[in-house]
Amino acid sequence: MATRYFGKPIRRNEDPRLLTGQALFTDDVHLPGMLHAAFVRSQYAHARIAGIDVDEASAMPGVLAIYTAEDLGTYWKPGPLLLPPPPIEGTVFHARTQVPLAKGKVRHVGEPVAVVVAESRYIAEDAAERVLVDYEPLPAVVKIEDALLPGAPLIHEGLEQNLNAHVVQRKGDYALALAHADKVIKRSFRYDRGTAAAMENRGIVADWDSKSEQLTLWDTTQAPIAIRNGLARMLGLSEKQVRVIAPFIGGGFGPKIMMFYPEEVLLPWMSMKLGRPIKWIEDRQENFFATTQERGQVHEAEIALTADGRILGVKDTFLHDAGAYAPYGLTVAINSQCTLLGQYDVPHYESEFRAVFTNKPIVTPYRGAGRQHGVFVMERLLDIAARELGIDRVEIRRRNLIPPEKFPYNNEIIYQDFEPLIYDSGNYAVALEKAVELIGYEKFVKEEQPRLRAQGKHVGLGLVTYVEGTGIGPYEGAKVTVEVSGRVSVATGVGTQGQGHYTSFAQIVAEQLGVPVEDVHLVTGDTAQFYWGAGTFASRGAVVAGNAIHAAAVTVRNKVLQKASDELEAAIEDLELVDGVVRVKGSPNSAIALGELAARANPLRGAVRPGSEPGLEATDYFGPERGATASGVHAMIVEVDAETLLVEIKRYLVVHDCGTVINPMILEGQIHGGVAQGIGNAFYEELVWDENGQLLNASFMDFLLPTADVMPHIETDHVDTPSPLNPLGIKGAGEAGAIPVGPLFAQAVEDALADLKVEIREIPLSPNRLFELVQEARATLESADG
Amino acid sequence: MVAISDSWVTFTVTVNGQVVTRTVEPRMLLSDFLRHVLELTGTRVGCEHGSCGACTVLMDGQAVRSCIMLAVQSDGHELMTVEGLATSPQELHPLQEAFREKHGLQCGYCTAGFLMTLLPFLQENPDPDEDTIRSAISGNICRCTGYQNIVEAVKVAAAVMSQMRPQTRSQTGSHTMSHEAE
Repeated sequence: MATRYFGKPIRRNEDPRLLTGQALFTDDVHLPGMLHAAFVRSQYAHARIAGIDVDEASAMPGVLAIYTAEDLGTYWKPGPLLLPPPPIEGTVFHARTQVPLAKGKVRHVGEPVAVVVAESRYIAEDAAERVLVDYEPLPAVVKIEDALLPGAPLIHEGLEQNLNAHVVQRKGDYALALAHADKVIKRSFRYDRGTAAAMENRGIVADWDSKSEQLTLWDTTQAPIAIRNGLARMLGLSEKQVRVIAPFIGGGFGPKIMMFYPEEVLLPWMSMKLGRPIKWIEDRQENFFATTQERGQVHEAEIALTADGRILGVKDTFLHDAGAYAPYGLTVAINSQCTLLGQYDVPHYESEFRAVFTNKPIVTPYRGAGRQHGVFVMERLLDIAARELGIDRVEIRRRNLIPPEKFPYNNEIIYQDFEPLIYDSGNYAVALEKAVELIGYEKFVKEEQPRLRAQGKHVGLGLVTYVEGTGIGPYEGAKVTVEVSGRVSVATGVGTQGQGHYTSFAQIVAEQLGVPVEDVHLVTGDTAQFYWGAGTFASRGAVVAGNAIHAAAVTVRNKVLQKASDELEAAIEDLELVDGVVRVKGSPNSAIALGELAARANPLRGAVRPGSEPGLEATDYFGPERGATASGVHAMIVEVDAETLLVEIKRYLVVHDCGTVINPMILEGQIHGGVAQGIGNAFYEELVWDENGQLLNASFMDFLLPTADVMPHIETDHVDTPSPLNPLGIKGAGEAGAIPVGPLFAQAVEDALADLKVEIREIPLSPNRLFELVQEARATLESADG
Repeated sequence: MVAISDSWVTFTVTVNGQVVTRTVEPRMLLSDFLRHVLELTGTRVGCEHGSCGACTVLMDGQAVRSCIMLAVQSDGHELMTVEGLATSPQELHPLQEAFREKHGLQCGYCTAGFLMTLLPFLQENPDPDEDTIRSAISGNICRCTGYQNIVEAVKVAAAVMSQMRPQTRSQTGSHTMSHEAE
């Protein structure tokens, strides 16, 4: 369809405020009489609390209150389980959720033990240091593999072992695959923890107004509506008495969808107790312990193939590190289980996992949310299979892709949205061939690599595929209103953390109403502006909220046309919406401005006809029956320094399919950022714990994030296979860039070091770890020679 | 002139062309002073130990990290924050305009730090190549963009700013910058 605004690389509405420093972030909220909170956090991963002495701290000038778990009385409750386990037969699930302040025992470093409220943050931190907590240290469970060993320290009393969940999912019968296999490959894989490290740490300002009996909360959350509902229930208030504002947020990436963080529970309660507004802003060190993380898993996987490389079946058994508590249900582990199958037609699949508690910070989704692990295992198995069967690595993938005629493709297992994992649409071969062409695969393998190798250079190429389950339900909603100024306002419940919603959502409305994009004003993340919604997660904003906005905008368009038809005495089919006016086609003088129509639709005298509504406004909702499956191919060329094992990325290519694109400029930005996080995850970012569960690199000095000098230029190309599951045909894109980078790195580096026969079965890598792997490979080669 | 009473310190600093005198605790960080005393919240704090660059401001035309400076250390100096860069959201500085044009920001949290790092860089390097640009911003962390569009924005800004160099100085809103450029 010919579009005016939809699908165009329109520059962003939100940028002027952000660029000039005017955009309001949570820490920018200053209220008269505002107090400041600081938390006393556990220094041990696992310890009994024998006592807490707050006397000295309480006596400090400027300290108003110090609360421990005991002081919370009946308000002290473990947090809600956000998602029950999916309806998978035989599932074992033991819920243990985080508490507002540790009572009797701490279960990870950084768990809050007490909170200090003072006149300034400086005083609050001084006082927090003077709170004396008497810990009796206990042995800690740090390594995933140790969690279920007999005699492992028990993290949660009342459980027999540190088991959070046990889930088995099957498609077909893997035993059949084994029986017919010419080749079975079996390996173990490890994917370990990093952290999202959004540039803005978390923060909350709570303001209880006792006269109006209204609670206002500014919160760096990705789910303001759910926070409002939960707080109202916990505090015994009506939802109408609680307003949660998620203002501009400095990056979310998943951990800000977690709820309820202890601070979210405590700040409002303390503001009500003390009758003054209170602010808490997480500092960077706290962020390393107090904000949730991902992604420790250990897999034992095998793949059964025919001699010509066709996949007969995959079997995978893995341990998933849930951290000290598991409020988010099984989303991450289920995503790993479901994303492993990727773009491939796998007849038999058996996947079993155990989620285990460890004495480490809580695990909840971080960009990719478990999908990385599945893709890593499958792509690595295919690489090893290709090598052992003597088949080209692109060819083995080509042979196993789900062909276009098999869509919708049923994987016969249950996905994170509790619906069957059915891929809606895809055109995988087209994207694969495009990537092969654009990266110059044949030429690289046949000409460039041999030439460069002859010069002593270690160059390698990686090429992997992936799918991304996106755009899951339950629903989002939106209200679209034409204002008398002629501007259009849109209110929706999803929060926004930099994805460009102010612009892409405006484009959807502008397309229907014929107004410039900059005249569409979006309000998002304020529960006073829109009551219903779920939040921003699982690459669903554009899919779910986008389609709700579209539906509301279409209704408003029809109202506009009806009203204009009455006013202009013209047939609806003769009217068009252009540049903020409705006019009779071919007769530009007969125009009426949208603002004027809005004014006439809300008259001061006379009557609005029975059966109609005042104004030009509509509210609508959209809930997809299940998620839309995006997909793509990443390819890269690297050069590895044989001495230092530094990896330099020479080229990076993404060919991506997320269905219909609203704004290609914003989409590319999402992909660039995802790739950067993927590269960080694969090669820079690793949380390092000692045997006591102490994090050894909790600062940006020690936890390396990719910087501009190491990031490659990312080339992008697209295939557009619209989703049949929503009217706009959109699939999500937020996590795509980050998902396949681990196996891509592994394949490219292995290829570069082919002479050493290094096999990479773990992420994150680092020059140090690569050095160790190379040493091991050399030793193996030498002993084989000897 | 620094005056001390009850261990609090009175000092005077010029911020975005305005002379301000305040009395603060000597331990107050410059970032906290700008954000919470002067309520110039455009300067962001990302790590509180000088490694992410989000809090970068200009002191006498040089990029400094306000989270590892004490407020009183700015006594007698001239500071410029992102609020001093554009006269209004409607009239952006060419560097800001280029960031918008090239989609050089997503969540916008690190952006002020990049802008303030780049301003003196572009004055000293009117026509930088890509490697030089990447090196110049390698001390600033952005978690959203992968830096690619920031690099593109700097290229555009460099071209625009070198064409309009005489005007650029007055547009920075700080005569400190003019001194530096001369």
